[in-house]
Amino acid sequence: MDRRTEMHRRERRRYVIGYGGSLLLTLIVFSIAHLFGIETRDVYLAIGLLGLAQLIVQLVYFLHIDRRRSSREDLDLILFSTLVLLIIILGTVWILGNLAIRMHIHPM
Amino acid sequence: MRRAPPQSYPGINLGQDHASADKFAEVVTFGFWVFLMSDLVYFGLMFAIYITMIDAQAGGPGPHDLFDLKSIFAQTIILLTSSLTVGLAMLALKYNLPRVRIVFWFGVTLILGLTFLVLEIRDFMAMADKGGVPQRSGFLSAYYGLVPLHGLHVAAGCLWLIVLGIQLRIMGLTDLLMSRVVRLALFWHFLDLIWIGIITIVYFGGLSYG
Repeated sequence: MDRRTEMHRRERRRYVIGYGGSLLLTLIVFSIAHLFGIETRDVYLAIGLLGLAQLIVQLVYFLHIDRRRSSREDLDLILFSTLVLLIIILGTVWILGNLAIRMHIHPM
Repeated sequence: MRRAPPQSYPGINLGQDHASADKFAEVVTFGFWVFLMSDLVYFGLMFAIYITMIDAQAGGPGPHDLFDLKSIFAQTIILLTSSLTVGLAMLALKYNLPRVRIVFWFGVTLILGLTFLVLEIRDFMAMADKGGVPQRSGFLSAYYGLVPLHGLHVAAGCLWLIVLGIQLRIMGLTDLLMSRVVRLALFWHFLDLIWIGIITIVYFGGLSYG
């Protein structure tokens, strides 16, 4: 087997691992929702963390973003966008949630 | 185990077999990545609106009445599988497999993308039947601002795939076309990332807090 076929196999395996991992996480999330219901806060926290794990699996195995020097610029861009995003989302939720409480609209 | 070759842009790199296309793809792909990140901020805003609107149901139908987890599960699996097939198509391109294989994997991706859209539109129609229309409440407006926006992106991706298929017939595998395919694959993976956010925040978050 020559070098190229080996490289091909390795890259394909990487993809299949990413797919298997994402599939497994998806199945776990949906079975948690099915078995335990989604009403309690702990269950939702678990679902959120599993979603985050799946994001990371796909970033690493599908988009090949990691801490290697060559893909660090892309990682910087992702981290910066995530920072902007978190400020926007958390800021909005914080301010409007606070407003809702002070206006006695409904508990957030 | 041999070290992997350096990456010059996210996603599958075209590599030494397509050195000139690889060089061409490097700059434009970084630019495209910047576009994707600004698109991410746009989605983030819609997510923020949805989160603040989750209680604003105005007595209308809420998440428990409207969301159908079975259909959402099917959509999730379909989109995830299409992310795999677009990757396999890229690998077929990178390793100069017969053109039939490349077209096959892109064809499967297109079919999966269209199936996803059909299921999503069926969901919207079922929701509308139960009175879940955008003008009913702030919650529904936010929902219809976010989820169909993702669907629109998928539709754009499908159209893009078709256009690339036509270009492949006319132009053949030129450097320009290969760099476009690289970006399409990147776009497709990005949409799957957004979808994870949608199932976690819109569907499960809605069911949990709504």
